[in-house]
Amino acid sequence: MMLDLLSYGAFFLATALSYAIICLGLNIQWGQTGLFNVGVAGFVAVGAYASALLTTPAMVGRFGGFELPITVGWVGAMLAAGLCAGIVGAVTLRLRADYLAITTFGVAVAIQLVALNAQGLTGGPFGIGFIPRPFAALAETPLAFELVHLALVGGVTTVAFFALERLVRSPWGRVLRAIREDETAAASLGKHANFYRLQAFMLGGSLMGLAGAVQAHFIGFIAPDNYVPALTFQVWAMLIVGGSGNNRGAVLGAVVVWGLWSLSGFAIGVLFPPGQQARAAALQIVAIGVMLAVILLLRPRGILGEHRTISRHVVAATE
Amino acid sequence: MSAGALLAVNGLVAGYEMGVPILRGAGIAIHGGEIVALLGPNGAGKSTLVKAIAGLVPVFAGSLRFDGQEIRGALAHTLVQRGLSFVPQTENVFTTMTIDENLQLSGHVLAKSARARQIAAMYGLFPDLERQRRLVAGRLSGGQRQMLAIARALMIEPKLLMLDEPSAGLSPKLTAAVFGKLAEIRKTGVTILLVEQNARAALALADRGYVLAEGQNRHEGAAPALASDPAVAHLYLGSSVATAL
Amino acid sequence: MTLQFLADGLVMGAMTALGAIGLTLTYSILRFANFTHGDLISWGAYLTLTLAAIIGMVLPSGSIGPFSFGWPIVAAGLVAMLLTGLLALALDYLLFARLRRHGTAIILVIASFGASLALRSLLEFLYTPSPIYFSRELQIAIPLGAGVRVTPDQLFTLGLTAVLVGVMHLLLTRSHIGRAMRAVSENPALAGIVGIDVAAVVRTTWLMGGALACAAGVMLGLTVQIRPYMGSDLLLPLFAAAILGGIGSVPGAVVGGLIVGLAESLGVQLIGANYRAAIAFLLLLLVLLLKPTGLFGVRP
Repeated sequence: MMLDLLSYGAFFLATALSYAIICLGLNIQWGQTGLFNVGVAGFVAVGAYASALLTTPAMVGRFGGFELPITVGWVGAMLAAGLCAGIVGAVTLRLRADYLAITTFGVAVAIQLVALNAQGLTGGPFGIGFIPRPFAALAETPLAFELVHLALVGGVTTVAFFALERLVRSPWGRVLRAIREDETAAASLGKHANFYRLQAFMLGGSLMGLAGAVQAHFIGFIAPDNYVPALTFQVWAMLIVGGSGNNRGAVLGAVVVWGLWSLSGFAIGVLFPPGQQARAAALQIVAIGVMLAVILLLRPRGILGEHRTISRHVVAATE
Repeated sequence: MSAGALLAVNGLVAGYEMGVPILRGAGIAIHGGEIVALLGPNGAGKSTLVKAIAGLVPVFAGSLRFDGQEIRGALAHTLVQRGLSFVPQTENVFTTMTIDENLQLSGHVLAKSARARQIAAMYGLFPDLERQRRLVAGRLSGGQRQMLAIARALMIEPKLLMLDEPSAGLSPKLTAAVFGKLAEIRKTGVTILLVEQNARAALALADRGYVLAEGQNRHEGAAPALASDPAVAHLYLGSSVATAL
Repeated sequence: MTLQFLADGLVMGAMTALGAIGLTLTYSILRFANFTHGDLISWGAYLTLTLAAIIGMVLPSGSIGPFSFGWPIVAAGLVAMLLTGLLALALDYLLFARLRRHGTAIILVIASFGASLALRSLLEFLYTPSPIYFSRELQIAIPLGAGVRVTPDQLFTLGLTAVLVGVMHLLLTRSHIGRAMRAVSENPALAGIVGIDVAAVVRTTWLMGGALACAAGVMLGLTVQIRPYMGSDLLLPLFAAAILGGIGSVPGAVVGGLIVGLAESLGVQLIGANYRAAIAFLLLLLVLLLKPTGLFGVRP
């Protein structure tokens, strides 16, 4: 019993931390640079599929199957997602904020459509299975497996976190925040402002791709249904609840919101008869949606939001 | 001084941001039928004062009484119904609508027949506007726009007309035209509060004036007295008041 | 290739236009991209369905003439238009108005994105994800010549859209409320100074936007089907239509909607139905990159 609980706990935390990586990526884009990306799910998908196609065995009628090592897959995921963010960013970052939101939303929809329909490339609605799991040999002992996974994801998250903390406090980070706050200062930087924005966008995108790969190798199977607006929404909720503009907030928010999500999942299991549970799952999103609205109304800085590193967009909301 | 005043402002503390007041206890009083000029160097708070009266700028302390009633905190659109009309310095007409539509819109508070009558009256006062009544306001020249802005404000037959720097950006000739119109308007019984940077022209038109500096009252008095007061001229370094005397 | 895509495109375009009108009005007056607009369409359809079931117990529920719907749906639709307008108003009161007082437009968009997810998920919970229909009656398509066939319901959609668009146009150009809306859209502070109750105009805009979205939802439900994501799946076409037409322009939203509908329809004929949503996205991208003010827009 105790072992099961520990095992679940490790699984829970590992999943939460994989979301934390996505949040950290979104934090660079939004919290630090003020870029409103509503297409998070798209970049996660690109990373997941890239890694899957690189590392899975060959499949008839479908591209990929290179059976490369997991590490290559993860690096490939970061590169693919980063490149995708680069293309999207080059085209759209000059748009004003709400147009950027609509456009990135469209990008995610388009990516999901491709994942769903381009069967020769992505396996279509069936997705991609047999994604190799790290330390697969341990699969026999669930607890060891989950703990090792937790260590791995935790390790990636920790490295990402500290690297980003360095970046945030570096001159590069200061330029980003200046651009976020002051359009005229940004204009005086000329073309360079957009280049900095692009860098931030690509870095954030590649982290999202990495998270997608981590999740894909964690579960062993991906499908287009995983990468829908609900995912983008969950990540935004995590960042806002935790405190946007803040790397610690990103991680905390991921754990808190994932915790609430899991808790609500349990509640549904308890409160609804088995036949109704799939339907009741929709209530989880309603609950998170209401929570997001409440946070925005009452404490838009989130739990850990700090005044000085937070965009005036958010600060203004508190006054 | 404030007794029986049409507009009485006392101890006004106001500004755009809480904790950063631009006006720090300013006050003015205006009586029916007069033209009062509100002067002062840049940043004195004269624009802020009329905007605060018009309900566009938050008021933190003080009282605003118009026509016997406290209007502090009133919503901007309710003041129109009380007979208070304001012409802002910039963006004072709807550029996507025609001259006619601008007037129709402002006259909405009137009954249909009164509105038609007023529009005719406005066209009588501003024949230039009538000629181009179907022109979109965005295509008007600066001077014509100013005239439209004033006509628009007069539609409701206001008791008090407030203008924020109506001569801004206008040539001396156009400024004279605008001020000439204001003199005409005063004859119809409208009280006028005029914020102006061009102190000379304003004091030539006005009966009385107030001079603000740094958010507070500095001088006040009859217009001729202010115009010849060296202390007033001193506030304006190299101002038109000093050079004109 | 037949000309059927013209008929299908116009019908779809008409419904998109109705949704886009509401979106462009709220966008220009409230100045934020409202992601919940699509869900108002869905809610309108479901509210009509539910009310029609109730009303159908009292009113005779046979279909009117060649159409697939009867008086219960008509009555329900009218009531639902009001209710959807009130729903939009409630969203504003509870969420957007408060955020508007303090925050910037971006926070509003985030909130609207979240509210959108919540609204559609609530529908999914209440009604299950399965598609449902107003009526099980099959409609016979009428041949119009040149290989084009339309159902009576589709013709009704075109007709009703034309009527609603005409009413909106008259309202905006000839009535005071229309002028007031245009005034608030251009300059809310000036609108207040000239005596317009800006808060009242905002409320009216939400009511109108919600009502039009409901009408679009009912017609979409009649001609296609009702499901929880029906409206939110239209978000990209709606934004594309509103931006293509020029934010704030009702004729623009109509033209934009028709163009988007026809482009999607043509695209489906050429490359199949799978990538339908991508067509609107590409149109949107083109407009934003080439002419962000749109066809009839006055401000970007």
